[in-house]
Amino acid sequence: MTLPTEIPLQAYLVLAAVLFCVGVWGLINSRNAVRVLMSIELMLNAVNINLMAFSSYLDGQLIRGQVFAIFVITVAAAEAAVGLAILLSLYRNRETVDMERFNLLRW
Amino acid sequence: MTIASTTQQICFAVLSLTLVVGAFGVVLLPNIVYSAFLLGGVFLSVAGLYLLLNASFVAAAQILVYVGAVNVLILFAIMLVNKREDLSAIPGLAVRRLLSALVCAGLFVLLVRVAFTTPWALPGPASIGEEATARIGEHLFSDYLLPFELASVLLLMAMIGAIVLARRDVFASDVITGEPADQGLLEKARTPLLTSKP
Repeated sequence: MTLPTEIPLQAYLVLAAVLFCVGVWGLINSRNAVRVLMSIELMLNAVNINLMAFSSYLDGQLIRGQVFAIFVITVAAAEAAVGLAILLSLYRNRETVDMERFNLLRW
Repeated sequence: MTIASTTQQICFAVLSLTLVVGAFGVVLLPNIVYSAFLLGGVFLSVAGLYLLLNASFVAAAQILVYVGAVNVLILFAIMLVNKREDLSAIPGLAVRRLLSALVCAGLFVLLVRVAFTTPWALPGPASIGEEATARIGEHLFSDYLLPFELASVLLLMAMIGAIVLARRDVFASDVITGEPADQGLLEKARTPLLTSKP
């Protein structure tokens, strides 16, 4: 069996797909609110891997994907800060981090 | 960065293995502290993948922002809300997990199929390699100047919002009832405003 000399683009895409699907599953099934935020970070990283792979393989001269990845990292940092602040405030009021008990706005 | 293709493949295999194992550990481990540390491992291996893709600046930004800031923030949040609580059982939890796993597997199959059937315009233009950092700087100060400035405004808004949301109340009396407010710490039980019946 001979391996291809270069890592194919599809290898990065499949890896990002695995990471994204694991993130979606964790987002749906986590009962701890902190773990939900972690799953969102996983999904954002999967998207970033895609952007970087496309930027390196298809847009080697004007690496626009890398600029986009930097913006995604910025927005992810802001999202993490605000999300954890909301979580702290929620914990102060409800005294739990169980997602099943955050049902104040649920029909 | 040019390294031998065998070395590149070994690095890619090791990094993707740590990435996948770490990601599964983040969502499956029962102890949330282990999950947070594994998340740091996932971020580090993603930074390694960026290095394989000739993107040293984004790899450094990934390590600084994700491992240095986001992961530490998550660890602090775990430390602040780390109350041992027994989650009440929910009927049909196993069915829900199985169904969502099926949906995620379907999404994965779809993504893999798209990745393998799309005719990508390969090989693209040659990679500029070490010039990437200078090119990112040119982009940020010419055609991506407006998003760059908007990102700074967004970060300022997020900072102020996080402070407003997470700070302790410093009112001397409760705004709603008028009785003196308890200035308890976060861990101490306070009069919950929104608690419904458990």
